[in-house]
Amino acid sequence: MNAPLLIPRRPGPLWLLAEVTYRCPLHCAFCYNPVDFTQAGPELSTDAWLSVIRQARALGAAQFGISGGEPLLRDDIEILVAEARQLGFYTNLITSGVGLTEARLAALKAAGLDHIQLSFQDATREANDLITNTRTFDLKRKVAAMTKAAGYPTVINCVLHRSNIDHLDRIIEMAVEIGAEYLELANTQYHGWAFLNRAALMPTAAQLAEAEAVTERWRQRLGKTMRILFVTPDYQSKKPKKCMNGWGEVFLSVTPDGLALPCHTARMLPGLEFPDVREHQLGWIWHESPLFNRFRGTAWLPETCQSCDEKDNDHGGCRCQAFMLTGDAGATDPVCPKSPDHALIDAALAEAERPGTVKPLVFRDPKNAAKLGRAF
Amino acid sequence: MTPARPRINRLFRFQWEPAQQAHVLLYPEGMVKLNQSAGEILKRCDGSKSVAEIVADLESAFNASGLAAEVDAFLLMAEAQNWINWNAS
Repeated sequence: MNAPLLIPRRPGPLWLLAEVTYRCPLHCAFCYNPVDFTQAGPELSTDAWLSVIRQARALGAAQFGISGGEPLLRDDIEILVAEARQLGFYTNLITSGVGLTEARLAALKAAGLDHIQLSFQDATREANDLITNTRTFDLKRKVAAMTKAAGYPTVINCVLHRSNIDHLDRIIEMAVEIGAEYLELANTQYHGWAFLNRAALMPTAAQLAEAEAVTERWRQRLGKTMRILFVTPDYQSKKPKKCMNGWGEVFLSVTPDGLALPCHTARMLPGLEFPDVREHQLGWIWHESPLFNRFRGTAWLPETCQSCDEKDNDHGGCRCQAFMLTGDAGATDPVCPKSPDHALIDAALAEAERPGTVKPLVFRDPKNAAKLGRAF
Repeated sequence: MTPARPRINRLFRFQWEPAQQAHVLLYPEGMVKLNQSAGEILKRCDGSKSVAEIVADLESAFNASGLAAEVDAFLLMAEAQNWINWNAS
């Protein structure tokens, strides 16, 4: 036997994303969580999360994110942050801000939390509360002021879609008013609930062009005081993106019920076995598991991609997008103009240009999840 | 007037990463891996030393001379990247 003992192992993950719960006080229609999130098993215990955190750090991960759902609905995230920080992780809390009281903020600060990313849904109370199907706007502004007073840089994420993208000028102005250092404007990516609501969320080409122009004007004006990141939507950019910077290359996500995933939406993919962190070591999951090797590198790519110069840059694009649109997770991402299925993208874009085709939003809540009984 | 002293911007955390065998700068959702000289310079940017003191410290630690130009060029770049700010006198 010539066991390949001397072959150096690939690097470990750099990112651990802990999606600690699917529970959420908001009901955003653009959420990327699975539509059937109520089918997930019970949430991991504190001890199980601590074990995941320790194993990921030992593999070399340096960024730790806590997300959800709304992570503040768990009462143990202070414990998770403290352990991660103590091990040398840079710790990120990704939150809607709902549930962040002065007392919890002080506890998180004492635990060593490095960074809070706060999501805003729109610049006016009416629009924010409409898309989230809640009354949370005033609370978010209060939370932003509170985190700033605690010495955190203010990092705001706002998901853009058909009904808020025309308010972008006001959204950026609001970020300036509350003294944000970073503003991430993320155009909706159509996964989970967002895919279900695609027709209602997709902006027109003119809306998008105007949004980019507005962003550029503010960038000129603000310079270094506030950095604005504008994430272009896959559908309109016609450029497939390397799935999470490469499947199994930097990113490891764990679902509330303990499944390890190479990307936070991969759970929808059929025919794959998702390793449970309570049954397997993270090192095995990352290096050896069939799941993490399934779309790793470029050897598995279909013919359309194999003969393409861009394959090392995009690895054929997003696996979930390929699956949702074509039914084949191993297909070229249809957003690529070279994809044999690219007509699906053109059709979705054309639909966005037709007035009067907009459907009502389906909000992300347990009742709708149970009624729909599907993954996306 | 005391010369300005560079320190690492509070938006970044500087640390040694065993898995990378390198110093890194960690920031919200990202990481910059530093080469050895960048790591050694930033290690000394603690807000208490002037640039001249940093240069002298490096020259003595590495038994070298004439490092001022390299340190100046790096700090200029580090400031443009927002990695450092300056403590005034």
